[in-house]
Amino acid sequence: MAHDSTQTSTADHAHGEHDHHHEQNFWQKYIFSTDHKVIGIQYGIVSLLFLFLGFILISCMRWQLAYPGQPLPILGNLINDLYGGADGIMTPEIYNMFGAMHGNIMVFLAIVPLGFAAFGNYVVPLQIGAPDMAFPRLNMASFWLFFVGAILIFGSMFIPGGPAQAGWTSYSPLASSVPTNGQAYWLVGLVILIASSLLGAVNFIATIIQLRAPGMTWMKMPFFCWAQFVTAFLLLLAFPPLQVAGIMQLFDIVFDTSFFLPTGLIIGGQPAEISGGGSPVLWQHLFWFLAHPEVYVLILPAVGMVSEIITNNTRRPLWGYKTLIYAVMTLGFLSFIVWAHHMYLTGMGTVISTFFQTTTMIISIPSVIILTCLFLTLWGGSMRINTPMLFALAFLPMFGIGGLTGLPLGFSYSDLYLHDTYYVIAHFHYIVAPGTIFAFFAGIYYWFPKATGRYMSDYWGRVHFWLSLVFMNLIFMPMFLQGLAGMHRRMYDGGVTYAGTATPEEGVVGILTKYVEMNQTISIAAWCLGLSQIPFIINFFYSITNGKKVESPNPWKATTLDWQTPTPPPHGNFDGPIEVFNGPYEYSAPGTDDDFLPQNVKPSKGGDTTSAPSTEPVPAK
Amino acid sequence: MEIPYTVKPRPDTGVYNAKIGIWLFLASEIMLFGALFSSYIILRITAPEGTWLEGVLNVPIGFGNTLVLIASSVTVVMAWASLKLNNYKAFQRYMIFTVLCALTFLLVKSFEYNEKFHHYEVWTTDETDNRFTGHFDKEWLSEQKAAYKARVAEMDAQYQAALSEWSSSDKSTDAPREPDYPKITFFTLTTAEIRDLSSFLGFDSVIFEKEHKHAYKYAGMPEVDDHAHHDEAGHEGDESHAEGGHGHHETLTIPVGNIKRASAFIPSHSTFFAIYFTLTGLHALHVFLGACVLAYFVFCNRRMWKEDPDRLANRVEVGGLFWHFVDLVWIFLFPVLYLL
Repeated sequence: MAHDSTQTSTADHAHGEHDHHHEQNFWQKYIFSTDHKVIGIQYGIVSLLFLFLGFILISCMRWQLAYPGQPLPILGNLINDLYGGADGIMTPEIYNMFGAMHGNIMVFLAIVPLGFAAFGNYVVPLQIGAPDMAFPRLNMASFWLFFVGAILIFGSMFIPGGPAQAGWTSYSPLASSVPTNGQAYWLVGLVILIASSLLGAVNFIATIIQLRAPGMTWMKMPFFCWAQFVTAFLLLLAFPPLQVAGIMQLFDIVFDTSFFLPTGLIIGGQPAEISGGGSPVLWQHLFWFLAHPEVYVLILPAVGMVSEIITNNTRRPLWGYKTLIYAVMTLGFLSFIVWAHHMYLTGMGTVISTFFQTTTMIISIPSVIILTCLFLTLWGGSMRINTPMLFALAFLPMFGIGGLTGLPLGFSYSDLYLHDTYYVIAHFHYIVAPGTIFAFFAGIYYWFPKATGRYMSDYWGRVHFWLSLVFMNLIFMPMFLQGLAGMHRRMYDGGVTYAGTATPEEGVVGILTKYVEMNQTISIAAWCLGLSQIPFIINFFYSITNGKKVESPNPWKATTLDWQTPTPPPHGNFDGPIEVFNGPYEYSAPGTDDDFLPQNVKPSKGGDTTSAPSTEPVPAK
Repeated sequence: MEIPYTVKPRPDTGVYNAKIGIWLFLASEIMLFGALFSSYIILRITAPEGTWLEGVLNVPIGFGNTLVLIASSVTVVMAWASLKLNNYKAFQRYMIFTVLCALTFLLVKSFEYNEKFHHYEVWTTDETDNRFTGHFDKEWLSEQKAAYKARVAEMDAQYQAALSEWSSSDKSTDAPREPDYPKITFFTLTTAEIRDLSSFLGFDSVIFEKEHKHAYKYAGMPEVDDHAHHDEAGHEGDESHAEGGHGHHETLTIPVGNIKRASAFIPSHSTFFAIYFTLTGLHALHVFLGACVLAYFVFCNRRMWKEDPDRLANRVEVGGLFWHFVDLVWIFLFPVLYLL
């Protein structure tokens, strides 16, 4: 259907009712589609691709860390052709480029679009019983802006001089003094990406507020939608300051301004020809004002998905549904006032450090509430173990490890020691790699039958799971030890230069050799992790056409509305008008024949099965 | 498939979809400008001594522009009210007036910008930290521009001649090299461009109309009494009263070697101008895009008025909300940049 009756559509409004069965050509249906499901899948494909590319970059860097100065296999000649150097050896500049691009691609082009935009677009309108997003054409614009921004950022890897090299945080003045246009490409791409995420966030919030089906009151909304709702607010309010920072750094590069460049700056032994008077710390404030809420943008959709999958497979209601909602709202609010715990080393003073240290400790409370509720949901459940459930179960301890190891980084004393070591890398990656990415895998295995009408292979799913779990931990667990031993996270040679100088007799003056040798273990585990994804990739593509067909549109026997549609859902999602009577997690409810009660099925007389009675008025259709 | 609540409000939330959308968008805009205003505050309070300009902007012009925007905010409401009262003619009148106000604002702003682009500050080395403002002598500048163009044209012609000769030859010798001259636009001159130009054209001093009296000052610096070292300066000064309204000018001949830095009032001049141009530029972009949207409503939506008048009224309401926001940003910008 080519038409969408949004607030902003114009010409075809008058005959909107007639083009219901209008034939769409390939471009309208799959490329420039306004259907939230197609857009969700588009986001999913692009961001999975970037997940893969980001992994390739870090695989190359891991070679340099494990075998410093030795020719890089397979890709060695390619990187020499692109960026210079010889014999397939990775130069320090290439290492910096790959490091910066790994971070940028993974955060901005892979995890955020996958969790928020891909899963959110596909699932949220289905779960709230809406025919589409509130502004379908803005939704399409959002995807294509994202695509343009992504091409600019990734494309900067192929321009003369190479991409940005100043780390994913792009601290000034380093970022504006590296001799490449890649930084400017990155900044322009970033500004476009932020415009895209702004449109997405507005659309999600408006959809959730306005398009809930009749009877879908706030306290009957699935937790995944709540998580996406809070995430959308984080994107809406935290991203614009980074947009401003991006514009200002762009001006520093293009118009020679001095927003982030201090008086008396020396670049390459020469006094820089600038006016000076700027503040390098200002960039860090603006950057981390986004980048801390960003961490919750990475994790909240994952938490939402995991709670859907866990309740579905334990066959019992989500423990503490309302508590979880209040916890996630508190988390969202607090995430705006913790950012400077990334900046203890800038010397901003003990008073400010103490403030941010306090808020950081407070934000761990809602995080622990969320994890506790999810663990308690498992209690006494008759668990159904399948691939999505395995990934969801693994998410819990992995996220727990990642979260708890963050506490020493939140305290300014211990952070002074741990800052910029491999400990930080391990902490962050435990949250995002075995945490968020495992939740995404769970989500892919879980919603795959909805999108395609076929299961992915459970056997190969389990192979994928166990290999990934083992290798993820083999990668990141040793990094905690390296970090505690003081290994700096940005060393090009993995610490070899300092390794020999420290023996136990001399005392610790460098990095002990055994911690440097761990680099090889980690790197081998990283490459094995890459190989472990092969079963997933083959399983994914094979199952689209050859997987086992689902027996019904609701193969997991789920209660939420996304499973009460035809499979795959048509344009417009639902066959007829839909009305909600029950809470989102009516599993093993008394007084029902089956062990679950879908949200849109009127409970039989007698037993009151609504777990979350609400006094909100039911909107009339 | 129909998306519900595109025109009529949803009963339990009381709004239609686009109204939620615009308020959310404005929330994000507040964070955008909020971050820029915060940056302004941080840059100003951390500015090293003698780098933050005060009182350099033209207050009456800025005030006039403020009135223009406030007027447009009133008429955009009148336009919406006229639609609600079923008076399309009045809507058109008010909306066109609003768009004209926006264009006036942008026109005035562009004159302000242009004036800054040709207003220079020069730091010289002949005295301790001597700095003054003014313009390059117009006659001198156009002479240099003409000389530069002539030189460049001559070199280009020589190159083209050599090239055609070479390409008709047997090409055994190396191709003639492209002429090497500094690329200068004369839009605003930077320190490096002045030095390049001086060695390229062979002049060794510039003629500069120094402003006699500072209308503005640098925060933390004592105000310079120009009369005190006028005689000591040793420049060949000749006072002119030619340019009316600008007050006293003093024509200086400054050796190029003595110029430590010269910059027009462009973003790279100082952090004050950097944030001034960023803030007002971003605001002007909002004015421009808002005016485009409002113009679209009045010029391209006549059919909607016949078919679905509620929908057009909603559009104008949403566009008006955005317009009020743009106006509000200026109401903060004017005192912060012009008065403080």
